[in-house]
Amino acid sequence: MALLPPDAARSAGYRELTARIRQAAQLDRDTAAAQPDRETAAAAELARVATDVRRSVVRMIDRARMGHIGGDLSVTDILVTCFYGVMSVDPENPHWPGRDRFVLSKGHCAAALYSTLAHCGFFDPAELDTFMAPLSALNGHPNKVKVPGVETNTGALGHGLPVATGCALAAKMDSASWRTFVVLGDGELQEGSNWEAAMAAAHHGLSSLTAVIDRNRLQQGARTEDTNALDSLPDKWRSFGWEVREVDGHDHLALLDALSGSSTGRPVAVIANTIKGKGVSFMEDRVEWHHKVPTAEQVETALAELAG
Amino acid sequence: MTVTDQRATFDCRQAFAEELISLASQDERIVAVCNDSVGSSNLVGFRERFPDRLINVGIAEQDLVGVAAGLANAGKIPYVCAAAPFLTGRALEQIKADVAYSEAHVVLCGQSPGMAYGELGPTHHSIEDLSWLRAVANLDVIVPSDPVQTRAAVRWAAAARRPVYLRVPRFKVPEVTPPDAPFAPRQAVLLREGNDVTVIAIGSLTSRALEAADRLRDEGVSVRVLNTPFLDPIDEDAVIAAARETRGIVTAEEATTSGGLGAAVAATVVTHQPCPMRILGVPRVFAPTGDTAFLLDHFRLSADGIIAAVKDVLGHG
Ligand SMILES: Cc1ncc(C[n+]2csc(CCOP(=O)(O)OP(=O)(O)O)c2C)c(N)n1
Repeated sequence: MALLPPDAARSAGYRELTARIRQAAQLDRDTAAAQPDRETAAAAELARVATDVRRSVVRMIDRARMGHIGGDLSVTDILVTCFYGVMSVDPENPHWPGRDRFVLSKGHCAAALYSTLAHCGFFDPAELDTFMAPLSALNGHPNKVKVPGVETNTGALGHGLPVATGCALAAKMDSASWRTFVVLGDGELQEGSNWEAAMAAAHHGLSSLTAVIDRNRLQQGARTEDTNALDSLPDKWRSFGWEVREVDGHDHLALLDALSGSSTGRPVAVIANTIKGKGVSFMEDRVEWHHKVPTAEQVETALAELAG
Repeated sequence: MTVTDQRATFDCRQAFAEELISLASQDERIVAVCNDSVGSSNLVGFRERFPDRLINVGIAEQDLVGVAAGLANAGKIPYVCAAAPFLTGRALEQIKADVAYSEAHVVLCGQSPGMAYGELGPTHHSIEDLSWLRAVANLDVIVPSDPVQTRAAVRWAAAARRPVYLRVPRFKVPEVTPPDAPFAPRQAVLLREGNDVTVIAIGSLTSRALEAADRLRDEGVSVRVLNTPFLDPIDEDAVIAAARETRGIVTAEEATTSGGLGAAVAATVVTHQPCPMRILGVPRVFAPTGDTAFLLDHFRLSADGIIAAVKDVLGHG
């Protein structure tokens, strides 16, 4: 079933808010040294949106009784910073050719993506209640055919970076200025397809491509380093010819900086150090919350903690 | 409430894991190889018993199957345990070249096949596996219908000394296999005698075929129900006999209709004994959102759907 559009106020709200965040972020960058705690206007706005997104993720998974809550909470700040602080997209015109492309390669975190897209105004947030319900457009993994704002169907890990590389290559062929962003899980990097694409992107000098790695150090069943170790991850990306930036993946200002364009002519890998289950104390850094579903009581606690 | 609803049903991953542990305790060549799938393949117990014989390659299915072929080369008997869609989709060429073509004794265990991952969508559905793998030479394809057949398949594969793919059902199914049923290549299991129409069913559709046959008997229609746990090589003699002795054949499977059971049966009857047929499965569309039970009904992979197909055959037969 087709998703309902949002009301006009939401789209206008998105435009106004992203403009405000970008303006503040610009000011922040110029005066960062003078601001001891970097508790700035932009960061506060982004934090507020991220809290909203996290709360709706918890409610969606509670309602569906399924989902990947740990990874959703881990990737939320990255999603929100991309959509509100960095990318050029038009929720009212999702296929606008000049848009920046966004690919959530770790597609199991669809709840966080849907919630972010709805918040931006790609569709009516009331639709989030249908997450994974029979015939809903909001499948357990994102479907571009049904959800505006989704660029390619993901869910099988290891597909996003090759597709994003293709997007960036097309932009280069057309001398277009739009950028491509792809968010990868760290466990996902065990798939060889990523490294095939990493080589190709560097080979073609795809400076408009930014890959963000949600480095929460957990995968489905264990820690990445106990399963098939990834470290030293920055060295790996560097040796594949990428410009590497390592940041705290929950620090919105640091993310804003890290997501700025390439300064070297090479594709950029942002290694975002994150905490799986971020924001809910009993889920943080615990492997079982990869896809465990909280009880009613745990939902209450989670929402209370996320209220701030 | 339907007949099947009243019976106990089983997630076959438990029978799978118990049988694998029991085999491994008798034969130290047996190892399990997985892709960050210890939990989803129910291998926690195996890991506790044989920590050194569980190899987790991480999220890397091509590597998974290649590594298994290497282990087999050195005399081990690897049971590769991975979600069926990624095992068969991502590693298809490794299955073809490293396992089947190279005649490696690797047991490929496709976990949660069909639409067991319902709401997680088409990336997680494994409905193409039977078509893909039937196209690969030198690979036996086994589709257990219940815990009894799952255990038999795990045991049979250990001694097969050849490449095997078996589905490990997760969607809960009742027991359907009679105590004296055969389990071997080219051996169908006769579940109901009948002489009007034959229904041949595998996997989750077997219990639904039985329910359809029971309901049709009350209407005076005599349905033969055959089950072919070995999809490849299939029991051609039983298929030909059904084509000769009944007025037509309905096949039913939780897989795309393009190349699985329906295609195998159709190729057999067209060559030896043409008869009317209806092929029930997932038509060539990507499933909408929904849980497994919802999707099976959505695609008419139910007793009602089988009954309608049987009547259709009789109408045209
Ligand atoms: C090709 C493929 N293999 C296996 C899976 C099953 N799977 C889903 S999520 C996941 C773990 C992902 O870990 P990571 O990339 O680190 O994501 P995060 O921890 O951030 O959720 C696995 C193995 C899959 N979706 N696709």
